[in-house]
Amino acid sequence: MKSDKAYKNTSTLSTTLSLGYFLASRQLRRTSFWTTGLIVFIMTLTFLNLVVINGILVGLIVGSSNAYRAQYSADILIASRTEKVHIEKTQQITSIIETLPDVVSYTPRYLVGGKIQSDYKKTRKPDILADEAGAQVAGIDPEKEDAVTGLSHLLKFGEYLTEKDTDSILIGKSLLSQYSQGDFAGTGTVDGVQVGSRVLLKIGDVTHEVTVKGVLGSKIDTVDRRIFMTSRELVRLIGRDEANADEIAVKIRPGVTPEKVKADLVKSGVSQWALVQTWEESQGSFFKQITQTFSALGSMIGLIGLAVASITIFIVIFINAVTRKRYIGILKGIGIRPAAIEFSYILISLFYATVGTLIGLGLLYFFLKPFFDVHPIDFPFSDGILVAEPLETGIRVLLIMITTIIAGYIPARNIIKKNTLDSILGR
Amino acid sequence: MIEAHNIVKTFTEGVPITVLKGINLVIKTGEFVSIIGPSGAGKSTLLYQLSLLDQFTSGKIIIDDINVETLSDDERINFRLNYLGFIFQDHALLPELTAIENVAVPLLMLGMSKKEAYSKALQALAKLGLDQRKNNLPSQLSGGEKQRVSIARAIVNKPKILFADEPTASLDSERSLDVMEALLQLNQEGQTIVMVTHESEYAQMTHRIVKIADGQVVDDILVPHKK
Repeated sequence: MKSDKAYKNTSTLSTTLSLGYFLASRQLRRTSFWTTGLIVFIMTLTFLNLVVINGILVGLIVGSSNAYRAQYSADILIASRTEKVHIEKTQQITSIIETLPDVVSYTPRYLVGGKIQSDYKKTRKPDILADEAGAQVAGIDPEKEDAVTGLSHLLKFGEYLTEKDTDSILIGKSLLSQYSQGDFAGTGTVDGVQVGSRVLLKIGDVTHEVTVKGVLGSKIDTVDRRIFMTSRELVRLIGRDEANADEIAVKIRPGVTPEKVKADLVKSGVSQWALVQTWEESQGSFFKQITQTFSALGSMIGLIGLAVASITIFIVIFINAVTRKRYIGILKGIGIRPAAIEFSYILISLFYATVGTLIGLGLLYFFLKPFFDVHPIDFPFSDGILVAEPLETGIRVLLIMITTIIAGYIPARNIIKKNTLDSILGR
Repeated sequence: MIEAHNIVKTFTEGVPITVLKGINLVIKTGEFVSIIGPSGAGKSTLLYQLSLLDQFTSGKIIIDDINVETLSDDERINFRLNYLGFIFQDHALLPELTAIENVAVPLLMLGMSKKEAYSKALQALAKLGLDQRKNNLPSQLSGGEKQRVSIARAIVNKPKILFADEPTASLDSERSLDVMEALLQLNQEGQTIVMVTHESEYAQMTHRIVKIADGQVVDDILVPHKK
């Protein structure tokens, strides 16, 4: 018997891979530029579909969450303990806050339920309801509030409060029918009220005529459903002890974690008089859950895109392999191992996916993300940004690559495993 | 040496057709054998069995003491790479590879470096007078040139046996003669060649003519004026 060298595989894995690369590179180099461009374009769209749709959906919630932090809760929100009506020992708490080096500013708020009525000067028939809206009346120190939440920047019309204002209020846009996008809270809206209008403020048995000094518009419904006046005026109106606030929003230095400042406050004993929460804790689980929901929704949409792209790659490689079936047969006929031919098709698929993804990454991080950071999408409840964390993007890139390898391999394998002679003769 | 014993090939798809009905044939090392016969006689089918491109239904083929029937699909591919060369009817060059790349492919599969493979491929092309066309794509070559590149690819790894399936079928007389001269030259250098042709004038240029009709060898003659 002759040496089995005649028929034993003497090719190493590196030889097979190297020849696969040789065949793939030659095929790609001499394929029509437009064909390659079109497939790469599809892969770029796939990548963007997978990352950007998800990023915008998550960004919608993250934008809303960011607005909640910036315009309402600040970094730490101190509220009354559940068993208490107000925050106890507010002055002691604020004294502690002032001693903390990581705190930049803070603002106590006094909250009370109330109503405003716009048509109080008109005579109404008994069966006609008053034009009024329920709201939370917040007593604030205008300067402190502005330093923490930038409330003055949320003014859509009119002027901001000063400490000297006595019968002036700022009113959230959701309480005004001309700006409200629906009375979802069921508390009503008032008609025809604008800057300069006189409205009747009712807090319990107390009624007081006030002037609308400004209209606020934020991305936070809590803010947009509030009436703001100076805390001095509010406590005077309702005869409340200014020592007991209902909320204290605390802004901390950049780079310091809210958890650290919360720990400092708890350590100082604040938690015995009030509930101390980071901004994330104060949102409750709702934001987290809805972020996860939107992320899952984005992933589902992205996966559909991924499936479409996989099918595209599958079809591209299948058509390529079918039209080249004869050449595949010839390669096998002259002794080229199927693994080398299969590898060449995997490389071709990976080339399309890699170039498409790289273009997508460039668009994402050098154009889309910076653009949306500067020009967020103006949703009613959020300034939608594009969230694209490198780790999550990396996972999605990996997903595209794995899918591409499978989508490229299967059709190539199906054609390559056909009988060599049948392939050569086109049977 | 090739020994074919009682080779039967039956196509079973649809109505079974037996194309080869017990072929017995021995081809010695260094011979240039042409297989002729009318269309449908089974010439090409026999060539595909001998060159391991197809699997015969029964019988035995022994090539240099190796019973090819026992080889797996992978081993048959390796055997073709290491032992056999094949010239297809219409050149069958890969359209995206240049002449030298087409010729170098089998050498790269054998594990040669690109530099070495290209050097040997160039030698093979030069032997067939095509070294100046090494960087041309098949679409830039004439029919005769393509077929000579195909021959260069078939011989570049110095196969023991070279199979040619109607290598002149798609060429004009002048280019057919070029191809035949190239094959004769190779044979003079010791290359065993088995060629299927339907053109008797080219068959007359070989050592031996095996005539097939209706799946059987009906004549096997030595051509007197050849070595």
